[in-house]
Amino acid sequence: MAARTPLYDRHVAAGARMVEFGGYDMPLQYSSIRDEHLAVRNRAGLFDLSHMGEVRIHGRDALEAVQRLIANDASRLDVGAALYGVMCNERGGIVDDVVVYRDPGGYLVVVNAACRFKDVAWMREQAGGATLDDLSDSLALLAVQGPLAREIVQPLTAVALDAVPHFHFVDGSVAGVHCAVSRTGYTGEDGVELYIDAEGAGSVWDAILEAGRTRGLLPCGLGARDTLRLEAGLRLYGQDMDEDVDPYSCGLGWTVKIAKGDFIGRESLSGIDPKNPPRRFIGMRIADRVIARHGNAVLADGRVVGDVTSGTFSFTLGYGIATASVVPDVNKEQPMFIEVRGAEVPADVTPLPFYKRPSAVGAR
Amino acid sequence: MADLSTYRFARSHEWLRRDNGAAMVGITDHAQSQLGDVIFVELPAVGTQLEAGAKFGVIESVKAASDLYAPASGTVAEVNERLTDSPELVNSDPYGEGWMLRLQDVGDAGSELVDEAEYQRLIAG
Repeated sequence: MAARTPLYDRHVAAGARMVEFGGYDMPLQYSSIRDEHLAVRNRAGLFDLSHMGEVRIHGRDALEAVQRLIANDASRLDVGAALYGVMCNERGGIVDDVVVYRDPGGYLVVVNAACRFKDVAWMREQAGGATLDDLSDSLALLAVQGPLAREIVQPLTAVALDAVPHFHFVDGSVAGVHCAVSRTGYTGEDGVELYIDAEGAGSVWDAILEAGRTRGLLPCGLGARDTLRLEAGLRLYGQDMDEDVDPYSCGLGWTVKIAKGDFIGRESLSGIDPKNPPRRFIGMRIADRVIARHGNAVLADGRVVGDVTSGTFSFTLGYGIATASVVPDVNKEQPMFIEVRGAEVPADVTPLPFYKRPSAVGAR
Repeated sequence: MADLSTYRFARSHEWLRRDNGAAMVGITDHAQSQLGDVIFVELPAVGTQLEAGAKFGVIESVKAASDLYAPASGTVAEVNERLTDSPELVNSDPYGEGWMLRLQDVGDAGSELVDEAEYQRLIAG
């Protein structure tokens, strides 16, 4: 049986459609994916992300362990800052994509739910003298995302949310419950993510729903989370990357810091020219209301040049969008197509992200 | 809740409502609910002859694409053009504004179609 988050009963009571994801019974949608998606773009949405895994790395050699595990450089992380990165295997394939937080006592590595047990085993194997604690079952994670997210949460906390820079966090309390307040997200909008002890999660959830009611905040499920993250050009592990995909080939070369010194996969990744990786990760725009799906073939010049990694309908833009992994020698000027249900649908290469929030320019 | 006493239901989750030799066709509330947000409905050209049980189109939601099957034979007299720009009508009003086809020369579907009570039993089972 799938595991449940501390908010499971609330989701069921709210009439959410539940689906199994990453070993958890999670809400797919409460009302409709479209309504929830647009609430986050225009107002605010509240997500239960308690299925995500959290692994604490502390003690002697904690930094060394983190540096060995991820390809990004954690040595430049100040206390209170966070970093996106990938863990690679020796072949340079991606074991998982993670967010690493540094606090005074060590590091918290947030991993994908479906990868949790694999990751924890891998991390223990590689941790050397550092201590690892899998906190996934005792920590809940809520995200409040959208242009109104901060003003909805602000009355519930003494933390000055405006003073927390993007990809930073502070210790505090929300609705009287102790939590880490992080200025992060996976939607392309501004917002906060709250790491809370599992037993306190319900009252924080209730307080945020209540505070957001008059401002049009909606509880949002994994359906909207997926359409939002894809519009924002953010990768999904298992679809856009896996253990056979190197970070350069899925557009995550910017998270690889060869110069930082040794890490798992460095030797393999050093052999790749960052400007000429084996595959290219591209965004594609599809005319009309067609949805390309993971695995659909990408065609150019009458041949298959790659495959769709993620695809959906963009509720914000009003057309189909997809990311694809293609061979390097594709002439992007020539017409390209995606094979959808037996038909070749025209698709134009377009820069990622598909959507950038209007105020993002110059924002912290 | 719509009065569904005049509706008949296919096991493939389409409905048919007869009206003086013609018939309206759509998908059930259960079907739209399972599909979730409908993005696109591909419908046949007016004049297309359909056999009972034949594929007449495709409905695409964020979640999945599914084939649509004719609940009875007939000739497509009209398709719901509003679904081109507002496919979400299938979600909001599957038995009304979210209709898909108007058929003429509707044939006998025999015992293939069931009434609402029986359909509810089918989807509950």
